[in-house]
Amino acid sequence: MTVFVLINVTLLAILVATALTVSRMRALYEAAMLTALFSLVTACLFVLLDAVDVAFTEAAVGVGISTVLLLGGLALTRSREAVTPRRRRLPGAIVAILAGGTLVYASQDLPAFGSPDTPVQRHPLTDVYLHQSQEDIGIPNTVTSVLASYRGLDTLGELLVVFTAGVAVLVLLGPLAHPVDAHRREDLDLVDYRVLRVISAMLMPFILLFALYVLFHGDFGPGGGFQAGVIFAAGFVLYGLVFGLDKAQQVVPRAVLWALIPLGLVLYLGVGVVNMLLGGAFLDYDTLSPEDPAAGQHLGILLVESAIGVTVAAVMTSVFFGFADRRAAR
Amino acid sequence: MIVLDILSAVLLAAGALFVLSGGVGLLRFPDFYTRIHAAGITDSAGAGLILLGLLLRTPSWETGIRLLIIMLFLALTGPTASYVLAFAARRDGVPIWRAGDRRR
Repeated sequence: MTVFVLINVTLLAILVATALTVSRMRALYEAAMLTALFSLVTACLFVLLDAVDVAFTEAAVGVGISTVLLLGGLALTRSREAVTPRRRRLPGAIVAILAGGTLVYASQDLPAFGSPDTPVQRHPLTDVYLHQSQEDIGIPNTVTSVLASYRGLDTLGELLVVFTAGVAVLVLLGPLAHPVDAHRREDLDLVDYRVLRVISAMLMPFILLFALYVLFHGDFGPGGGFQAGVIFAAGFVLYGLVFGLDKAQQVVPRAVLWALIPLGLVLYLGVGVVNMLLGGAFLDYDTLSPEDPAAGQHLGILLVESAIGVTVAAVMTSVFFGFADRRAAR
Repeated sequence: MIVLDILSAVLLAAGALFVLSGGVGLLRFPDFYTRIHAAGITDSAGAGLILLGLLLRTPSWETGIRLLIIMLFLALTGPTASYVLAFAARRDGVPIWRAGDRRR
């Protein structure tokens, strides 16, 4: 137990130190790398809390893709933070202290860590999710059952958020913003690095295979559509960085990528509509296979997770290529 | 079994020592290239030895295979990252430290 406390305290100390360093730092590239460290430490804390699925998402999104997107964005602009005048720092400090103080005050109301006496532990729904789901759905990872089946509508909302973000970025940086790229200059320097190219080419199939594993293994262990989509996107982004945007475009043409963004969402919605046509409620997967509801649930969850993966991967990749194209066009 | 335990403990301790020396080197070495060298030790020798030490303690062969795969990935990516960092720095003209120079 003491070792557990020691690890927790150490990780929290690193977290606080990283946050303070990021806030004091002017060089934005370094700050972007440190935010990745912040996410990595957060992911470790999630693992300690036994929230492996969340830790996986945090590691894939926070450390992987958002760092790359931040660096891609920074390449378009100055990499040094402007100096804020002293008199304008005060309001920010007040807001930060008030918000932080409120959060600390609110945390007094939280139950003690691991307390068996909380609504989360005692509510009958917990028992339903943990035990009934094994009979209803029959997949070992309850997180996936809750996410994709019991709370399928919420997850649809999350996917809608990702979709909206992708559309917004495409409106700002994509074909609608500047339809003609007259002189696209290929200036991604990484193309010259031979060792990097050889190693990336070697690792690429394994990265994509791992993404597929995460997607299809989500029923049995940590993983699922969001994580898989992000890993796919990371693979494509790595390819685009190391081999050049043109090569990446040959593999997946931009138009295909843009078509894939709504495709995932439509697939998700389509599963729900099919359920309604078959006489059930929206996203009631039991109707997919009336004689064996569990099989219907499996099929529904698989379709929905794949839909999430497609949209997330397409959005992340398009956002990065949107940034990179912009840089090449300048 | 006791032999395996002792061997594993020695490997783990050696790995921890390499990680520690990497950290110290990162803080103490005088310029960018020597610091990359220190950081590179951490994920090649340090992590490699720790994984080897863990490999001798695995209860099942499935875990062992996973550890081997992780080792393979670290062996490929760690040195590549060090190389790319050093190459990029050299290209940008980061000067090399010579004996007698100031720390950078």
